[in-house]
Amino acid sequence: MADIARDMDISSPGRSESYELRLKRRNATERRFRMYGVIAITLAISALAVLLITIVSKGSSAFTQAHILAEVFFDPAEIDPDGTGDMKVIAKGNYALLAKRSLYDLFPEVEGRRDKRALTRIMSSGTDLQLRDMVLDDPSLIGTTQPVWLLASDDVDMLWKGHISRDVPESDRPISDQQVAWLDQLAEQGQVDRFFSTRFFSSGDSREPELAGIWGAVVGSFWTMMVCLLLTVPVGVMSAIYLEEFAPKNRWTDLVEVNINNLAAVPSIVFGLLGLAVFLNFFGFPRSAPLVGGMVLALMTLPTIIIAGRAAIKAVPPSIREAALGVGASKMQVVLHHVLPLAMPGMMTGTIIGMAQALGETAPLLMIGMVAFIVDIPGGPLDAATALPVQIYIWADSPERAFVEKTSAAIMILLGFLITMNAVAVFLRKRFERRW
Amino acid sequence: MTLTFLILVLIGLSALGFYIGRGRALNTVSGRVGDLHSLPSHYGFYVALWCGIPSLLIVAAWLILQPQLVEALVIADLPSAYRNLPASEFGLLLNDIRNLASGNVVSREADEALLAAAARLNRAHAIGSGAMWVVAIAAGIAGLTLARRWIAPQLRARNSVERTLLIILVISSTIAILTTVGIVLSLAFESVRFFAKVPLNEFLFGIQWSPQTAIRSDQVGASGSFGAIPLFTGTLLITLIAMLVAVPIGLMSAIYLSEYAVPRVRAVVKPLLEILAGVPTVVYGFFAAITVAPFIRGTGESLGLDVASESALAAGLVMGLMIIPFVSSLSDDVISAVPQSLREGSYGLGATQSETIKRVILPAALPGIIAAVLLAVSRAIGETMIVVMAAGLAANLTANPLEAVTTVTVQIVTLLVGDQEFDSAKTLAAFALGLVLFLITLSLNVVALRVVRRYREIYE
Repeated sequence: MADIARDMDISSPGRSESYELRLKRRNATERRFRMYGVIAITLAISALAVLLITIVSKGSSAFTQAHILAEVFFDPAEIDPDGTGDMKVIAKGNYALLAKRSLYDLFPEVEGRRDKRALTRIMSSGTDLQLRDMVLDDPSLIGTTQPVWLLASDDVDMLWKGHISRDVPESDRPISDQQVAWLDQLAEQGQVDRFFSTRFFSSGDSREPELAGIWGAVVGSFWTMMVCLLLTVPVGVMSAIYLEEFAPKNRWTDLVEVNINNLAAVPSIVFGLLGLAVFLNFFGFPRSAPLVGGMVLALMTLPTIIIAGRAAIKAVPPSIREAALGVGASKMQVVLHHVLPLAMPGMMTGTIIGMAQALGETAPLLMIGMVAFIVDIPGGPLDAATALPVQIYIWADSPERAFVEKTSAAIMILLGFLITMNAVAVFLRKRFERRW
Repeated sequence: MTLTFLILVLIGLSALGFYIGRGRALNTVSGRVGDLHSLPSHYGFYVALWCGIPSLLIVAAWLILQPQLVEALVIADLPSAYRNLPASEFGLLLNDIRNLASGNVVSREADEALLAAAARLNRAHAIGSGAMWVVAIAAGIAGLTLARRWIAPQLRARNSVERTLLIILVISSTIAILTTVGIVLSLAFESVRFFAKVPLNEFLFGIQWSPQTAIRSDQVGASGSFGAIPLFTGTLLITLIAMLVAVPIGLMSAIYLSEYAVPRVRAVVKPLLEILAGVPTVVYGFFAAITVAPFIRGTGESLGLDVASESALAAGLVMGLMIIPFVSSLSDDVISAVPQSLREGSYGLGATQSETIKRVILPAALPGIIAAVLLAVSRAIGETMIVVMAAGLAANLTANPLEAVTTVTVQIVTLLVGDQEFDSAKTLAAFALGLVLFLITLSLNVVALRVVRRYREIYE
């Protein structure tokens, strides 16, 4: 304060030269300070923009897959030699051979086992399942020759999307010059194309990037969130009601309050350790199960929901309570019939925000074994499963180049869920928020 | 699945009890509601609670006790040669019996005694589950009929229903306490076992961290070393970098938003900053590993610097980005809480806006800002996914941000993901690290809350 007064030069109120100079300097400082603020905000927001743009630009190509068009002869001798027409026999046919033959037919000049193997490498190892599913859908295909878009391998896919450069030396890329030549020949005849594939949305994890999908992780996250929601909402709402409406002011409730605030700041990985030590080792729950994941996340989100619930209850004006008490309602009736319905929108908002937090949480799930490699779509909360963020982590750790775009695409889907949830929360708040 | 079905049946029974109770109450006074002590629905809830709570409690107790009882029975029937095995081998044997019973692969030849034990285990479980159904439903029906019989006009149904509800409320509010107790006990219990193997001194002050313990005692490098100093310094280094990013940017954003920005700008920028807090940490980790780290490495190379591909700088920068909204929203709150009169007093003396901020507002808001920074530090120390994906695994004792360091959380994850055996120092070390992490974040939090509370007292 004292030096501000000195700066103002109280002794000579006239505009002396030194006064003007100082004023100029002070105004410059002012402008500079304001500029720092703008720079800080610009930095933060442009970092966010870079993050989102990186994810979208890396991930958007994952929704299409390269395919190779080939004439496949559904040879009865390989599918159903005895002509039984039995689905069980048909399901066991040698479809991998059919797919290979269709490629050999495209390039009859390829001889020798090594070259032939190199040729079959341009299509995915999952093409046999692709053909099998076609036949199981329509057994009348047996014995006919059909044009089929066979799924290309991940390396072809990457080359096609330009993520593997043709300019690097052959030894430095996973795809050989010979394979590139074959592809170019096919491409000239219009037999290579990439189009939207539903596989990414409908299948579980796989070691082969072109076969890997997000659906298993989405279902795993769904079960985890269900368990979490069913546990955390009743307990959270009831705790909030008790602490706000019934609890006497004493040591015990002080302790509960301090404790809830502290729990909110405990690192999530510590909840994972708790789940590992208590739920898995002490109670013997199954590893990798969404049930345990949901329980751990429920404990983690509980403080958020209690704090939001208490704030919502506190916002209900006391006049409502007094009016209800005045017409003879019991304390419990006041809370259940009047306070709770009025506090509900606020509680829902808090719940959705808590759930969004839990949906993006990874570390505690790593601790309880939800990082296992799981191909099957989980059918319930006791099946082994992964969750969406854990799937992102697993894929980000995989060395194949094609998993980079898969990871980014999975992140886009996760962010999509989170944005939807938060939008719903904002909508609820706008729609139902009441000022008393 | 049958368990879900049983629970649904019991809930259905309770719902039935509600209608029976309400009808019975109305019957006893032949429809004159005024003669009842409580509302008819209270009598309904009275019966429903008597029907539902005891039977569900029985199911819960049964689920906890049945596996232990059944196993005790099976063990008692095993040949004595098996029963006298040492504890660790006996555990394996039990595991094999369990796997045999559920039809999984087992690690040994299944002889007759084992097969018999597995069959007995299955049979006992089947009998137990059947008995649970019978007992639970019987308890539900018994509760229903008894409660129905007790209904009379003068029964104080509302009071007992409300008392029960209150008890349920109290129980749920203690779950938060139980969580803390669970965390402390599980961490402390495993840490004590760890410190029985590795002295506390060595853990806290040792500078060598290589937790590979050998499976057999005669292997090379049989004893891992558990000096956690490199982990602590690594964590501090990354946290420091994160704070160097987050505190200036977060604080300046908060100042600009609360003091300069017009409401329209504020309404757009504040939610944008909050998006940063909503992005899952695994996304930041991916961003750090795939974009920021190669960029820093490339920049370093063009400047002739040797940068590790998992440098502390990349992880720290991205972590700082994540923490910006944390610092900015907390600081925003405390800056807005500074009374307007202080600002006006300063303007009245002729100070410019930035002079007011620097010499009046910031000093007044300082305790709150310090608390915000402390909370942000605790967040940074406990952050896991960014460092797991972008920081290294090797425990280097260095202060060079261009080298790879590892952190406490990274080590917890690497020690516990994958196969674990629960008596090795390697696995237990993760719990000791977890305990350290918990204590540090807890004390930072307590200090921050103290500071905030003291600060509040000034203006209230």
